[in-house]
Amino acid sequence: MIEILLFATIKAGTPLLFATLGAILMERSGVINLGVEGLMLVGALTGFAAAHTTDSLLLGVVAAFFAAMAAGAIHGFICVYLRGNQIVSGLSLTMFGIGITSLFGRSFVGFTIAGFSKVEIPVLSKIPYIGQALFNQDVLVYASILLVVAMHIFFYRTKTGLYLRSVGENPGAADTSGINVGLYRMSAVLVGSGLAGLGGAYLSLAYTPFWVENMTAGRGWIAVALVIFAQWNSTRAMAGAYLFGGINAVQLRMQAMGTSLSPHLLMMLPYLFTIAVLVIATLRLEKGSTPEPEALGTAYDREDRK
Amino acid sequence: MEALLKVESVVKTFPGVKALDGVNLNIYQGEIHTLLGENGAGKSTLMNVLNGLYSPDSGTLRINGQPYIFRSPKDSIKAGIGMVHQHFMLVYNNTVFENILLAVSDLPFWLDKKKLRTRIKEILDRFSLHIELDEPIRKLSIGQQQWVELVKLLIRDCKVLILDEPTAVLTPQESDRLFGFLKQFKEEGRSVIFISHKMREVMELSDRVTVLKKGTTVKELIRGEFDETVLAGLMIGTDEIPVWEKDRKEFKETVLSIEHLFADKEKNMSDLIDFSLELRKGEILGIAGVAGNGQKTLAEVLTGLKPPVSGKIYAAGKDITNSDSRKAYIAGIAHVPEDRKSMGIAPEMSVDENLILKSYKEKPFRKFIFQNFKAIKENAEKQIADFAIKAGPKGTPIRLLSGGNIQKVIIARELSMRPSVLVALYPTRGLDMGSAEYVHKVIMDARKDDMSTIVISEDLDELLKLSDRIAVMFRGRITGIVEPEHTSREEIGLLMSGEAAQ
Repeated sequence: MIEILLFATIKAGTPLLFATLGAILMERSGVINLGVEGLMLVGALTGFAAAHTTDSLLLGVVAAFFAAMAAGAIHGFICVYLRGNQIVSGLSLTMFGIGITSLFGRSFVGFTIAGFSKVEIPVLSKIPYIGQALFNQDVLVYASILLVVAMHIFFYRTKTGLYLRSVGENPGAADTSGINVGLYRMSAVLVGSGLAGLGGAYLSLAYTPFWVENMTAGRGWIAVALVIFAQWNSTRAMAGAYLFGGINAVQLRMQAMGTSLSPHLLMMLPYLFTIAVLVIATLRLEKGSTPEPEALGTAYDREDRK
Repeated sequence: MEALLKVESVVKTFPGVKALDGVNLNIYQGEIHTLLGENGAGKSTLMNVLNGLYSPDSGTLRINGQPYIFRSPKDSIKAGIGMVHQHFMLVYNNTVFENILLAVSDLPFWLDKKKLRTRIKEILDRFSLHIELDEPIRKLSIGQQQWVELVKLLIRDCKVLILDEPTAVLTPQESDRLFGFLKQFKEEGRSVIFISHKMREVMELSDRVTVLKKGTTVKELIRGEFDETVLAGLMIGTDEIPVWEKDRKEFKETVLSIEHLFADKEKNMSDLIDFSLELRKGEILGIAGVAGNGQKTLAEVLTGLKPPVSGKIYAAGKDITNSDSRKAYIAGIAHVPEDRKSMGIAPEMSVDENLILKSYKEKPFRKFIFQNFKAIKENAEKQIADFAIKAGPKGTPIRLLSGGNIQKVIIARELSMRPSVLVALYPTRGLDMGSAEYVHKVIMDARKDDMSTIVISEDLDELLKLSDRIAVMFRGRITGIVEPEHTSREEIGLLMSGEAAQ
């Protein structure tokens, strides 16, 4: 029982993890992106469409990454180079994603593909309880865990990571140190959007290998909240994503067992939890300190007189 | 001798303002070159052009005779120019170490922290600086933050060092240390461009002075050709520095007494600890201290922005600690240039509107639920004339005014409330001599009408000139109260560093 629940937890947490990591990357550069939901949808549909037409899951993943990247490029261009309002641009990106995927997704409804299959890692998968959950998953799960580690190393052990963090904290300081603020922000938005797209692709290529309209069902918004929960830290993002995955898994399980509780109430659980987490994360902050990148949400204009 | 750095007829326009109008500047090797000028003379703009942040509309820049065009700060760094900005360019959430790394030009992709650390330690040792590398910047004092900025420039090994009002936030002792360092820097054959409003420093340091006015170069003078009078004359355009006599007054009545006040600290600020003070009617009480020792908290508590944890504030014998009637007694002004977009004004609104921000609900500015625009306009015309505010064309958003003029608007508004106590937080910081002089005059005039003023300032000259008494703060406590006639800068300096307290 526990093994099955853990397994389902990781699976349900993985799309959230990809999307949260993508959002962290963007926000660390100072660009807030409320379009994650839209990007996930774009990734989910493109991934499914590509895999369905070419019969190649790998192509599906690649297509999802680049399609979401292209959609994110709009947001990046508006926020970084036109210095537009990041909130407005992000919200429109979500609307755009919902609209365009339901338009072009119609012809793909009703098909299924053979999704990613499990790859068992010898020895490790025999560990009691967690072995099956952690080491008998599909490659995208492994990739997402590797990404967590890679992102941590990137932020704290590499020059580029240091520069990116500086850009998000104080673009003026970065600029006067000779760092190209626009380039860093744009690159972060592009790669981060791609990762959000992978989160969507996980849904349509591994979690439930088919496409339905609006299949992300608010996961993009949870990812945006998880960034705050994780305090812009990739390892905490993993904990947060699995926590939500867990709630989701338990909720599904309870429904399947036929509890007398209304399924609508159960489906509310993750979202109630999102609100609770946001409240707690905000209350816990000590006065005067913020884990949030200082320049988050603000455009940088070199010649602006402050 | 040919100039190391030569700026020729540089023009830079911002929407509505010509900040630089054909300015010239010559920096020679191994000199300390002071840039003087009132606010809005274009000093910072010119420095930001040299730093590559602003690209000029026209004009040329030569280094060793070669023309240069800076497209970004990167080009400026390459040309060997380094700058400590008035508002430090530091990443406050990152550690000192990470901030210094930003200045390392050949930073490898994989950060070998051990190796980099030894390299930075070596440089710190060479200049015998003691800075904890793992502290986040926000926990450092302003003085220490400035050293981090300087270390960044040392690592870049720059030939020309620009310092934009470096001493505005330092104690006299810290300033002396900085000056010692600048002299050492000069002896290594490098050049320093120094901006300051403090004449004493200018006289002590400068080998050469360039005076700017309204975006043009007025004059370039070398040591021996200038003294304080000459420079002040060139800056404000008259040969006379106004001097005034303070009339002796007897103070009897207490208008405000603060008793055992405790307040919590916030970001970088000290808290107030058992703070007691009496302010007498018609008195100007100066508060000296290095920024971050509780002055800002004090001003916030007095003006009601921040509730105290415990303690009482009495005005005319009445407890006003938690009372709304406080407004009737106390008004506050704060320095503008530091944060001109958020403090004291509604930046996008006009001067007329900003002048009635506090009294818009009262007669004659209100007619039922409508505003009385005629009264508002008349009030503005009167105040603009009285305070000689350069307000620009009608309806100009106030943020487009210069710092000095915004300051005048705020003072005009606060004084029109006829308070019995005025709290002035750094009222002239960053203001040019003309504007500062004006602010002083207004405060002195109000003193004649028996208004009491608490002037919180870091400029000792200002405090010595204005105050009847000076209270010195260190870490949220008063370390001493002195009278300007019977004290010295040294004594105050010691009190400011908390050394004389024991």
